[in-house]
Parts: sequence; C-alpha cells; structure tokens
Amino acid sequence: MSEQAYNFAYLDEQTKRMIRRAILKGLAIPGYQVPFASREMPMPYGWGTGGVQVSAATLTPDDVFKVIDQGADDTTNAVSIRKFFEKTADVKTTTNTKAASVIQTRHRIPEDELGDDQILVYQVPIPEPLRFLEPRETETRKMHALEEYGLMHVKLYEDISKNGRIATSYAYPVKVEDRYVMDPSPIPKFDNPKMEMSAIQLFGAGREQRIYALPPYTKVVSLDFEDHPFDPSRAPHCCSICGASDSYLDEVIINDDGGRMFVCSDTDYCERRVAEGHTGVQVSGDAA
Amino acid sequence: MIPLLSVKSLSKDYGTNIGCSDVSFDLYPGEVMGIVGESGSGKSTLLNCMAGHLAPDKGEVVFDTRVDGPKDTLHMSEPERRMLSRTDWAFVHQHAREGLRMNVSAGGNVGERLMAVGSRNYADIRGKAVDWLSRVEISENRIDDRPTTFSGGMQQRLQIARNLVTSPRLVFMDEPTGGLDVSVQARLLDLLRGLVRDMGLSAIIVTHDLAVVRLLADRLMVMKDGQVVENGLTDQVLDDPQHAYSQLLVSSVLQV
Amino acid sequence: MIEISNLSKTFTLHNQNSAEILVLENANVSVSPGECVALTGVSGAGKSTLMRMIYGNYLAASGSIKVAQVDVAIAEPREILDLRRNALGYVSQFLRVVPRVPTIDVVAEPLLQIGVDLDEARDRAAQMLQRVNLPERLWTLSPTTFSGGEQQRVNVARGFVHHYPALLLDEPTASLDGANREVVLELIEDAKERGTAIIGIFHDEAARNRVCDKFIDVAEFTPRGEAA
Repeated sequence: MSEQAYNFAYLDEQTKRMIRRAILKGLAIPGYQVPFASREMPMPYGWGTGGVQVSAATLTPDDVFKVIDQGADDTTNAVSIRKFFEKTADVKTTTNTKAASVIQTRHRIPEDELGDDQILVYQVPIPEPLRFLEPRETETRKMHALEEYGLMHVKLYEDISKNGRIATSYAYPVKVEDRYVMDPSPIPKFDNPKMEMSAIQLFGAGREQRIYALPPYTKVVSLDFEDHPFDPSRAPHCCSICGASDSYLDEVIINDDGGRMFVCSDTDYCERRVAEGHTGVQVSGDAA
Repeated sequence: MIPLLSVKSLSKDYGTNIGCSDVSFDLYPGEVMGIVGESGSGKSTLLNCMAGHLAPDKGEVVFDTRVDGPKDTLHMSEPERRMLSRTDWAFVHQHAREGLRMNVSAGGNVGERLMAVGSRNYADIRGKAVDWLSRVEISENRIDDRPTTFSGGMQQRLQIARNLVTSPRLVFMDEPTGGLDVSVQARLLDLLRGLVRDMGLSAIIVTHDLAVVRLLADRLMVMKDGQVVENGLTDQVLDDPQHAYSQLLVSSVLQV
Repeated sequence: MIEISNLSKTFTLHNQNSAEILVLENANVSVSPGECVALTGVSGAGKSTLMRMIYGNYLAASGSIKVAQVDVAIAEPREILDLRRNALGYVSQFLRVVPRVPTIDVVAEPLLQIGVDLDEARDRAAQMLQRVNLPERLWTLSPTTFSGGEQQRVNVARGFVHHYPALLLDEPTASLDGANREVVLELIEDAKERGTAIIGIFHDEAARNRVCDKFIDVAEFTPRGEAA
C-alpha cells in the first residue's frame, strides 16, 4: 500500500485541527476533560485509539517517535502503533527515550527524566476518575465543575477499610493544580510523582472521546488521608538483568515451580544500563 | 426570633395540573413540621421544591444561613445550594436506596458527607462513623458491610446517620417510615424523636401517616389539591380539625 | 396565673351537613398561683372541652385564655409548645406514648425537653415513680401494657416531675386505690404549696373538697337551650 494514499499521520487536516483545539484547551485547563469528536481508527478500541489520535495531531515530519506498552518497546501494541506511524507519517522512530520527541505510552512513564522538548502521550481507557462511584455523566461533570470531590476519598476510605491501607496501586487519582481530580490512566502509582515533569503530557481516550493534558511543571498531588499518606511503593528487589534499584519492576514467572525474577519494566532503560556495564544478580530457576 | 426557613408563595404547576399553589409558612429553629395529605395533594412536590430538587414556578425559600443570615435558596448559586444540602440541610428519602450508596460500606456512607466537607483523617472519619452507627443502633461490626446486606429498617437508620453526621440544622423527610413494618416504624420514630430533641433539629416531614406526625411533629399542615387547607399545632389539628378536608382525613383513620 | 375571659367554642361538622354546635359561651375562669379550681358539672357539660382549650388542644372560637402571659387562644404553635414545655403541665386520663419506650424515660421526657441532662432527668423520674409506688421492676418496661391504675400513676409522675407553674388535672385519681390516691392528693397539695395554679376535674368528691379552693360549674357556660 502506498503511503501517498494517506494524509500525513493518517487523519485529515481538519480532524487534526479539531484535536489540536481540544489539546490546547486541555493544556489551558490542566486536568479538565475536553470532549472531542473521536474518529474511527484502523484498530480496535482498547488498543490506544485515543493516544493514536493525539499523537497524529501532535506529530510533525521532523519528530522522532517512540511507543511503549507497559514500559516495553517490543510488545504487539507498541510495535503496531510504531509501524502505523512509520507507514502513515514516515516519521523516524526510536526505542531510545532520550532521543524521542514524542512518546506514546500505555500504562507507564519512562524511567528517564523527560525534558521540555518532549511530549508524552498517554492512552486512556476510562478518563473519568469518579465513574465507578457515580455512574451518571451529568452528575460527574457537575461534581468536577463544583469541585465536589468527597466521593474520591470515599473510594480510598473503602480501600483502607477493606485492606487496612490504600490498596489502589494503579490509576491512582491525583489532584491537578489544586483544582481538577484526574485519572492518570492505569500507570502504577510508583509513576505518580514523576507526573510533575518538564515535558508536556497529553491524555487521549478514544472510546470515551475525551482529551486532557498537563502542561510542564504542573502541580500533581496524589490523593490520600493525613493518617494514610500516599506511598509510591516499589517491589523490594533489584532488577535481575541490570541491577537497578530505582526502577519499576515486573515480576516474571520463569518456571512451573513458581520461580520468579524481577526485571525493569522499562526495556530501554534496562538495556542501556546493561550496555553501560551494570549487571544484576541472575536468579536461578529454582529460587523462590 | 428569625425563622430558620421562610417559605413565601411557593407554587409549582405540571402543565395544567397543580403541584402546589401559593404555599407560605415560617419554620422556627427546633420546630418539627408535618405535612399531611393524600397522594397527589402536592406535599411531595412542595418538599422537593423546598429542598431544591425541583424548580418552583414562583415563590421564595429563604433559609437563615450561618454566615450570611436569611437568603433565598432559589436564587443561590448552584455550588452554594449544593454545599448547603451537604452541610446544614439533610434529606431522608422514603426508599433508603435512593439516599444511600448501595455499593459503598456503611462506614463509607456515613463518612461521605464528612469527606465532602474536607475531612482527611481516616481515623477521625471512622471514629465518627462508629459513633453514628451506634446512635442509630447499628452494631459497630457491621461498619464494613454494604447496605445491600441490611434489613429495610437498618437501611433507613443508616440513611439517617449518613444525613445527620454533619449536624445539619434542617432535615427534610419524605415518608421516612413508609414501607417499614409497624414494629420497625415504632423503633425508628423513637430514634428520630430522640435525635430531634438532642440535636435541636428542625425538620419538615411529609407523610400520609397521621400517627407519625402525632409522635414527631410539633405543627401540622394539611394539604389538598396543592393548597394548604389547615395549619396549626399538631394535636389541635388532629383533635379539633377545622377544615372539612382535615375532618374527613382524621375521621377516616381506623382506630386500633 | 390562668385567666380565661369571654371564651366560646363551636364545633363545625363539615361532613355532617355542616352542623354548627355551640358548646361553650362566655366562659370566665381565673386561677391565682397556689390556687386549685375544680370544674364541675354533669357529663357532657364541657369540662374536658374547656381543659383541652386551655391546653391549646382545642381551638377557641372567641375570647382569650391567658396562661403565664401567653394567650393560648391566638398563640402560634411554637408559643404554645414553649408554654407546655415550661409552664403548663397536663395530667390526662389517657396515656399516649411511643411504643417500646421504657417507663422511666416516659417520665423523664418533660425534663429532657427543657434541657435537663439524661442522668439527672432519670434520677428525678425515678424519685417520682418511687413516690407513686410503681414497682421498680416495671420502670424499664413500656407502660403500654400496664394496668389502668399503673398507667394513671405513670401519667401523674410525668405531670409532676417538672414543677410547672400551671397544671391541668383530668381525673388524676380516677383509677387509683386508697393509698395511691393519697399520694396524688399530697402531690397536689405540695404543688399548691409551691404556688402552682391548678385547674382540675375530679369525680372523686372527697378529693375535690380536700384540695380545691374554688368550684366552677361549667353548666354556667353552656349555651341556654342546649344544655345537656
């Protein structure tokens, strides 16, 4: 198929403008969910159609594009989206976090600190943090408008009453610039503190037709109780491959006896550390 | 003394049907007023107009706010009115499931209003929830259970605890004992009487049950076809009704 | 203390051909502090009607009923309630209570209403129940299942637990035996001693003669030609 059959980055210019207007509005009102006319994309909902549309509206021919899924560059979702833009936008792609100018992500923030010349695009399944407690959209909109966020703490209260602590470990709700409560997409709460960063963060929910955004250096506070403060917990292990003790780890089951190892979820970060000569403690097959 | 609530010429139509027509009264602090009448008499419309759930066609609902004194709640901004209904006002629904979050634990239901007004200390919130559950005679060991596992009477008591935890000054009740067994009703009435007395609550109770108003209400308003036909001291209206309709209403009750 | 002037009462029965029945006319009664006035007259003469009007339970057609500076005939509900809480007690023949409330709390309630704390109110209620010889084992039970005499004593205890400046007594000794009747009469005498103004209906003639200072035949206020 010829690349010429598509407009740059698949979407037509009018659509990209519409999306850019939504992005600009989102940046102007950090954390506010801006409705937009989400388009049908040549991939199913749940595969990142929201993020893809935001990326399409954001990319320029000079951009270098990176896609990660759960931190990895080599999973199906990441590979498909990277290929999609290679074909439709003919942009350069990379797996190197530092070299990328636009990074689309599902469920993670890269370990490397991002700079003010970078844009991070999140794929969002359910943008409304109040949804599970209040099913009416009319009501949740009113609650956002009037800053009625007591319900968000009811959710955390329920968590503590059931588990003795706030057990929410991903999609942990945050308050943006002391105003809007926002769902950070299903990133681990370990990543929450990183959201106060110098890069632009854009969030796209395709099925739910919402875009929201965080401009650089925006205040992002994870909700908590005075006596149950927010804790960005991390597994008490080092990466078995690169030995990192500061990264978010995936637990990998390596045999039928329950043997497991912990490895960096951010593959680019891990590979670079290995290239720099770091090594982890290799776990033998029968280790518990 | 300044009335806590002052209703002036409140009217609401449904097309050609009258909801309530030109209702005026003053409610003073600590007063409990009953509104009785048959189905369709406009008592629920009136209650919902006062509580801000329905927009009346005309009239005023002036509430003596803590900070600014008397204010027409119908002309308040929406945030202000919603804040009022989470703090100084409470609304007890006939069906507990309309007033409760059924997928949230009893403790969470009671704590919601506290968190809504800024409580951020888990231990405090939980302590208050335990206290309130005991005040409405729900055992502490049910605090983490969802209301779906509660009986009708317990759900209603939980709804009351959830409403009263922020010490409101005015409580609207819509048939609070409707749909409950007679024995459960008596217990709830006794509980409400005690709370009203101890907290100095003012309340407006809509019901068609004259026994309920006799026990709970200081004053009684009788409605028919959207109009207030009689208004007075509860026992006086029940024992010496003046209006033809009130006489019919009182004489229609079966004596046990 | 209680000052009734030119009082009249009509009942309009809207649902029975709008019949208008004039039951009282030009009633005048005056009771000073420490005085006990008996209402007399045959059944149906209007003794209970007059008592109920003083208590605000029946609405006056015209005239005035001044009790402790409040005109019950025209007062707002909250003024009447305030009067009932603080200044005007009523011992009726019937006991009307919320089911399942224990007797001790039924008696303590008038005190709780004026802000006495629970422990003190229960203490004073217990003293009153003791005085009217209600067995202590009954105190934690609801009086709804009690015998007539026991209910009557609960009523009396409830009526005397707070020292109202004005008191209405409707047959306070009706279902009582000798000893308990004596207790109630002593309570009335104590109240008079304290300066309580009392209006009472007593069928018990000996009791009436013992405690009452004045007798008013309600038949005087019954409209002519319609007297029973």
